[in-house]
Amino acid sequence: MINKVANSIAQALARVKDGDTVLIGGFGTAGIPNELIDGLIEHGARDLTVVNNNAGNGDAGLAALLKTRRVRKIICSFPRQADSHVFDALYRSKQIELELVPQGNLAERLRAAGAGIGAFFTPTGFGTQLALNPDGSAKETRVINGKSYVLEFPIHGDVALVKAESGDRWGNLTYRKAARNFGPVMAAAAKHTVATVHDIVELGVLDPEHVVTPGIFVSQIVQIERVSTKAGGFKAATPA
Amino acid sequence: MAHYTKRTKQELAQRVAQDIFDGAYVNLGIGQPTLVANYLPKDLEVVLHSENGILGMGPAPAAGDEDFDLINAGKQPVTLLAGGSYFHHADSFSMMRGGHIDISVLGAFQVSATGDLANWSTGEPDAIPAVGGAMDLAVGAQQTWVMMDLLTKDGKSKVVSQCSYPLTGIACVKRIYSDLATLACTPHGLKLIDLVDGLSMMELETLIGLPVQA
Repeated sequence: MINKVANSIAQALARVKDGDTVLIGGFGTAGIPNELIDGLIEHGARDLTVVNNNAGNGDAGLAALLKTRRVRKIICSFPRQADSHVFDALYRSKQIELELVPQGNLAERLRAAGAGIGAFFTPTGFGTQLALNPDGSAKETRVINGKSYVLEFPIHGDVALVKAESGDRWGNLTYRKAARNFGPVMAAAAKHTVATVHDIVELGVLDPEHVVTPGIFVSQIVQIERVSTKAGGFKAATPA
Repeated sequence: MAHYTKRTKQELAQRVAQDIFDGAYVNLGIGQPTLVANYLPKDLEVVLHSENGILGMGPAPAAGDEDFDLINAGKQPVTLLAGGSYFHHADSFSMMRGGHIDISVLGAFQVSATGDLANWSTGEPDAIPAVGGAMDLAVGAQQTWVMMDLLTKDGKSKVVSQCSYPLTGIACVKRIYSDLATLACTPHGLKLIDLVDGLSMMELETLIGLPVQA
């Protein structure tokens, strides 16, 4: 029998170890697995490499994880935000390494990892500073049919933390609106994928035509309360 | 004393909107390009793409109806039009990089006469770098348009022979929509599309410091 339902976040994250690469989904307010990030902080793993589109906002979630100084390196496309003060301070004092990746290359490098692709040529970033390796040497390039491309390698995760909407004990997942973002590609790119869901349903309840991440890509699911988003519209605490 | 009137931000957005065709799939970048959505002719069907996984993006919701699972690339709440869809990030950037998006409208620090774009970094040594989707948006769409003021606050041309800021993409900009003129970037340099009333070609060339073909 397959049962991927974990009783607790701590149980779902028990396999995380020091030095792991952790893929964390989310974009802006949508799809950030805050409960799993809090669980990772409690877990205490150190020397982590974190992959996320951003580098944390305010003082909660990913920013709180960075504040513990257990993150050695972050791979992201857009670290600078109005309220990314935790990352900014760590970066300026050289206490965190940054690998800046164009957003589409980030998504495709994750997709390639999940799909078993060894490397791929992409036009994005050709001729720019981001076509350089960390040591300043140029990444491999090639002209294909008259167009210039840069060789990019996959990003494999040891663990992926994903926020989904509904799931079943086989690990099948659906998402909600733009909270899907990096979830499906990260789920496939990691050895151990943990997803939070708001509803756990019986097998067969999720319409097979609507399953977005098939359970083969998912290791554990954990049910969480729906706090930050509600169908029909979450009321902003302070009107903009 | 200038004897010509600059396009306001709204007029510039309106000017860009004029050139968007019925049935176009369009990505509007963060900042000024977002304004273009307000001026798309109502009788056209234009499908707006948002890099975080939305096609058929609609306007901002009424206050109190925000859904923070439904936001745009600038992380502001939006709505979904009938016919819209959601998809993951790799699919979203396949739409962009794969040439499925017809028009990408971006802001810029500098554009070269042959269409090199600099819009992600001013290269200051202590600045925290951030690129987001800029490089993908610049090179992937069928046409990349830039929307910006022609001159910096201290009067320097943002259209240059060679970008001094770090590049976002090479020879990727097709058109520059500015507060003073609309220009095409070609392998042979700049070509005029239109000028604001009262501005002469000679004055434009002087402001830019580069030749512009009529």
